[in-house]
Amino acid sequence: MATMTWETRHKLIISLRYALLILISAIFIFPIVFMVVSSLKPDLQLLRDSGSLRAFLPVGDISLNNYAFAFERVPVIQFAFNSVFTTVVAVLASILLNSMAAFSFAFLRWRGKKLMLTLIIATFIVPFEVIAIPLLLVVNSLPWIGPDGFEIGWLNSYHVQIIPFIADSLGIFLFYQYFRDLPDELVEAARIDGASIWQTFTRIVMPISGPILATVAILKFLLMWNAYIWPLMTVRTEELRPIMVGLQYFFQRYTYWGEIMAYLTLVTIPVLIFYLALQRAFIQSIATSGIKG
Amino acid sequence: MISAAETRKNAPLWVRLLVPKDAPLYQRHEAIAGWLMAFPALLVLTIFLVIPFLMAFVMSFTNQRLVSPNPTEWVGMRNFERLLTVRVFTLEPERDESGAVVWDDDGGIAYPRLRTFTRKNPDYPELSGLREFVSWQSGENRTVILAADVVFLRALINTLLFAGVIAPLQGGLALLLALLLNQALPFINVFRAIYFAPVVVSMVVVSLLWRFIYDGENGLLNTLLGIATLGSFQPVDWLGNPYTAMPAMIAMSAWQAVGFHMVIWLSGLQTIPTSLYEAASLDGAGAWQKFRYVTWPGLRNTAVLILIVISIQAMGLFVQVDVMTRGGPLDATQSVVYQAVQRGYDKQDIAEGSAISVVLFVVVLAITIVNRYLTRDRD
Repeated sequence: MATMTWETRHKLIISLRYALLILISAIFIFPIVFMVVSSLKPDLQLLRDSGSLRAFLPVGDISLNNYAFAFERVPVIQFAFNSVFTTVVAVLASILLNSMAAFSFAFLRWRGKKLMLTLIIATFIVPFEVIAIPLLLVVNSLPWIGPDGFEIGWLNSYHVQIIPFIADSLGIFLFYQYFRDLPDELVEAARIDGASIWQTFTRIVMPISGPILATVAILKFLLMWNAYIWPLMTVRTEELRPIMVGLQYFFQRYTYWGEIMAYLTLVTIPVLIFYLALQRAFIQSIATSGIKG
Repeated sequence: MISAAETRKNAPLWVRLLVPKDAPLYQRHEAIAGWLMAFPALLVLTIFLVIPFLMAFVMSFTNQRLVSPNPTEWVGMRNFERLLTVRVFTLEPERDESGAVVWDDDGGIAYPRLRTFTRKNPDYPELSGLREFVSWQSGENRTVILAADVVFLRALINTLLFAGVIAPLQGGLALLLALLLNQALPFINVFRAIYFAPVVVSMVVVSLLWRFIYDGENGLLNTLLGIATLGSFQPVDWLGNPYTAMPAMIAMSAWQAVGFHMVIWLSGLQTIPTSLYEAASLDGAGAWQKFRYVTWPGLRNTAVLILIVISIQAMGLFVQVDVMTRGGPLDATQSVVYQAVQRGYDKQDIAEGSAISVVLFVVVLAITIVNRYLTRDRD
C-alpha cells in the first residue's frame, strides 16, 4: 500500500465513493421499483416473490390484470379528471392571486401594507392540521350560487377542494422576495413611459418572473395532486373525489396487494414523470420553500 | 402652496385610510390599486386561514359539537384540563395490624386498588376520574402517574418523541448525503435526483407501500433481513408490535423526506467559500479537520433551520398513522393530529378537537420561538 501513487489512491477513493452512492440509491429506488414490478404480478406470485429478490424483478406471470381490476374497483378516469381539474385551476388561480398581492406589496404604496405583510409572514407557523376542523365549519356555512341556484354550504363540490387553497402566504412571500430583488428602475421606467399599474404587472414584471412562477406552481401542484385529508373530510359524492382518496377503496377486509400496487403506480407515475422532466426546477422549488424562515 | 398634511385633512375618509401618511394625495390611485391587487389573496387568507385559526381558539373554550340538540356553552378551561391533567400518586402497601407489609399470592407487595382512590373518594377529590398512565416500584411504595386523558397523553408523548428522534436522525442522514454529493463528479446530479425522488411521492402512497414492506408474514423487510443474515433472522411484524411500530414509522418517514433536507444542506454547503478549504489544505488539515473547522461552523444556521423545519413537520404526524396503524398497536403510534381528527371529525366533538389543535399550535409556537432565539443576531 505504501507504494501506491497519489493517482491510484485518488482513483480508489473516487470508486469507493461511487460504490457508496450506488448502494444508497438502491435504498431509495428499490421500494419504488418494487411497487411498479408488483403491480404487474398476480397476488399469489406477488406474495411468493416477496420472499426472495425476485420481488424486484418483473418475472413470472406478468400482466396488466391488476390495472384492469383497479379500474373496475375505482372510477379511475373520473377521479383522475377531478384531480387534474382541481389541480390546474388551483395552480393557475394561486399564481394570479399570489403574484398580484406580492406585486402590490413590493411596488405599490398603500396604508397598512407593512402590517399585512407581517401578518402574512406570521401565518407561516400555523400548520394546516390546526385549522382543518374549524375550516370544515367555515366551508359548511359559506354561501354559493351554482347551477342549482343559491345554497349554503360548500361540501361535496369542486370549489371546496380549490378555493381555500388559491392563495397562500408562502406563495405570496416567495413572489414578494423575488419582486423585491428586481431593479427599481424597471418599474420606474415603465411608469415614466406611461404604463398603467396593471400593464406594469402583466407586461413588465410577470414576463421576467418565470423561475419563481415555476416554483409556486410546482409547490401547489404537489399539494393539490397529493391532497388526501381535506377531500376525505369534505367530499362524499363519488363523482367529485380526487385520485388519492381512491386509495380508500382498497382498504377492504381482504387486501388485494397487486391491485393496490397498480393504483399506487397509477397515481404516482404522473408526478414522477413531471419530476424527472423538470427535476432541477422541482428540487430548486422545494429547497426554496424550506429556506423560507 | 398647499402642504400634503393640509390637503390630507380635507380629503375624504376613505382616501385618508388608504393612502400612506407620508405620501402625497395624488398617489391615491396607486393606493387604491395596491389594495385592490392585494385584496383577493387577503380575502381568501382571512376566510380560510385567519378565521378558522381564531375559531379553533374560541371553540376550545366551549362545548361545541357538530350537531347537538343543546346550545353551545362556554366551559372555560375544562377542555384543556381534561386533556392535560396529570398527577403523581404514591400507593403505599397494604399493612396488617402489626404494620407489616402484606404480600399477595404471587409474592409481590399487595397494594390497595387504585380505583378506591379515583372513584368517588371524598378524601382524594383531585384524583377523581383519573386513570393510570404508567407506574413503577420505588422501594416499598408504588409510584403511579395518573392522567385524565391517557390516550391523549400517550399521543402527545409519542408525537414529541417522534419529533425528537426524527429531527436529529433525518437531519444527520441528510447531511451525510449532502456531503457525499457535494463534489463535482460526473453523474452526481443523477444521484441527487434519485435521493430526492421519494419527496415528490405522496405520503399516502409511501405509507401504503411501506405497509407491505413492513408486513409480518410476507414483508419485504423481513425477507431482506433473512437473506442478509442467512436465514437466522426471526420475522417481525413491524407495525403490529408496540415496540417496533413507532421506530418503523420513523424510519419510513425519514426515508421519504430525507432528500428534502439534503437539498437544504447542499445549498448551505455551497455558501461556504472554496478559498477556506484551500487555506485549510495549505495548513495541512485532514478531511475531518476540514469538516470540523470549516464546514460545520459555516453550517450552523442551516443546522438550526433544518432541525426546526423537521420538528415542526413532525408535530403534524397524521397520514402515516391513519394509513398504517390507526394509532395502534396499544396506542403505540397515537399522534396529536390523529387524535384531533378522530375526536373533532369522526366523533364530531369540535370543541375537543379544537382544544387539541390549540395544544399543537402552542407546541409549534414554542419550537419557533426557540428557533428565533437560537438564530438571533448576536451583534
